[in-house]
Amino acid sequence: MRRVGIGGFGLTKFNKDDVSIESLMLSSIKSLFDTSQNLTQKDVDVVLTSTNDNRKYLANTMSELAGISPKISHSVESLCNSGANSVISAYSYIASGLADVALVVGAEKFDSPGLVLEWDVSRGQYKHPVYWSSMFTRSHMRKYGTTMEDLATVSAKNHKNALENPHAYFDKEYSVEEVMQSKNITDDVRILDCSFPCNGSAAILLVSDESIKKFTDCPVWLTGLGQKTISAGFTKNEDLTKLKSTKYAANAAYTMSKKEPKDIDVAEVHDAFSICEIIEVEDLGFVEKGKGNQFVRTMYDTQNKKINPRGGLLGSGHPLGATGIAQVVEISQQLQNKAGKRQVEEAKVGLVQNMSAAATSSTVLIFES
Amino acid sequence: MNQFKNELKNGKFVCSECTKCNKLVWPPSDFCNVCFSKVKWRQISKKGKLIEFSKKDNVFFCIAEFENTIRVMGELKTGLKIPSVDHDLELVECDYTDKEKFFFQLN
Repeated sequence: MRRVGIGGFGLTKFNKDDVSIESLMLSSIKSLFDTSQNLTQKDVDVVLTSTNDNRKYLANTMSELAGISPKISHSVESLCNSGANSVISAYSYIASGLADVALVVGAEKFDSPGLVLEWDVSRGQYKHPVYWSSMFTRSHMRKYGTTMEDLATVSAKNHKNALENPHAYFDKEYSVEEVMQSKNITDDVRILDCSFPCNGSAAILLVSDESIKKFTDCPVWLTGLGQKTISAGFTKNEDLTKLKSTKYAANAAYTMSKKEPKDIDVAEVHDAFSICEIIEVEDLGFVEKGKGNQFVRTMYDTQNKKINPRGGLLGSGHPLGATGIAQVVEISQQLQNKAGKRQVEEAKVGLVQNMSAAATSSTVLIFES
Repeated sequence: MNQFKNELKNGKFVCSECTKCNKLVWPPSDFCNVCFSKVKWRQISKKGKLIEFSKKDNVFFCIAEFENTIRVMGELKTGLKIPSVDHDLELVECDYTDKEKFFFQLN
């Protein structure tokens, strides 16, 4: 298989403006073209669109609007991990030799139909994601003694990190106390423990090793990929203190890249709710099981930006189809040493974890400079 | 699938069961997810146990498990009892209007 790297990227400011999904996508595509050297429309032979929006024929629409006539174009939808899954598709086309340069663009509007999985009858009348997050939270609290204060440190940390991210939806710092005093959504989840749906768009250029030097002097290589779906129904999560699909996906990505958790310098993980980050740092192997609560507290107390330096979903906002791609953009910037005040020192290896529908499906990507 | 919703409207919680390998298929489907054989619909035992719970606006909600297989979320009526994991419970009401609805009572 051919090596595949990131040849360029573009982002929009996350917000709640009244714009179309096409306009959102075109904005980040324009940003990508504006910032990538030597890139022309003729170079692009794959266009993939990642969204849960109900638009039809969107990859082809975006190709026309961007002046591209690709060999391959289609949409990828997988609720919240649509973005990282579209990266896997683009990687496959290039690694196999079917294509050479792929434009992957993700976008979502704040009122996306992808926010609730209506199919899942196992959720009964409790379909909104806040209910599954309450179940995970209560289980982790019971088994490992996780507290509301532990949860609040995740939100406080990520909102603080987002202050240095010019594309983040939030631009306000919250103390641990403010998070804990924010509105109760359930007994186990405060409103500031929840990521917010918003508008957003992100685009990346994936390129074969044979062509990447044309577009960038500092490529970031995608060296490990893993994706696992255990189910679509939430109640198939047998152990509510674990994210089984994330563990599977991470093991696959670590094996492919010949890396271990200790090798990861910086990570963007899917903190849809505060409890998610606590379990994710455990199931990605950054800390032993049951110690995620202490790990996030240490990150907060020491102002360590290793986990979610752009602010994660809690601080940046969560435009579903754009999130996984925005995570990739952040890790690319980190590994190029171009993340400004968010920069994690000496970052050489980065990880993205993107998941959907109560962790029934997860995607893990590993990048190297 | 329509039968699942229709039975819920009549207050009956049914699940699809494979006519060949007898596996309960949950969430319900028109075909077995092991052998793809046709399914029949049968009523599920009302006796179950509490897997996990939380509370919103003084109303408990939970995951309940039936026949050691089927896990479903619904409202938990506790009476004067304090809920705990593995507590026995019973399905006391189900319905389908705009979505599936389940109501459980602690034993």
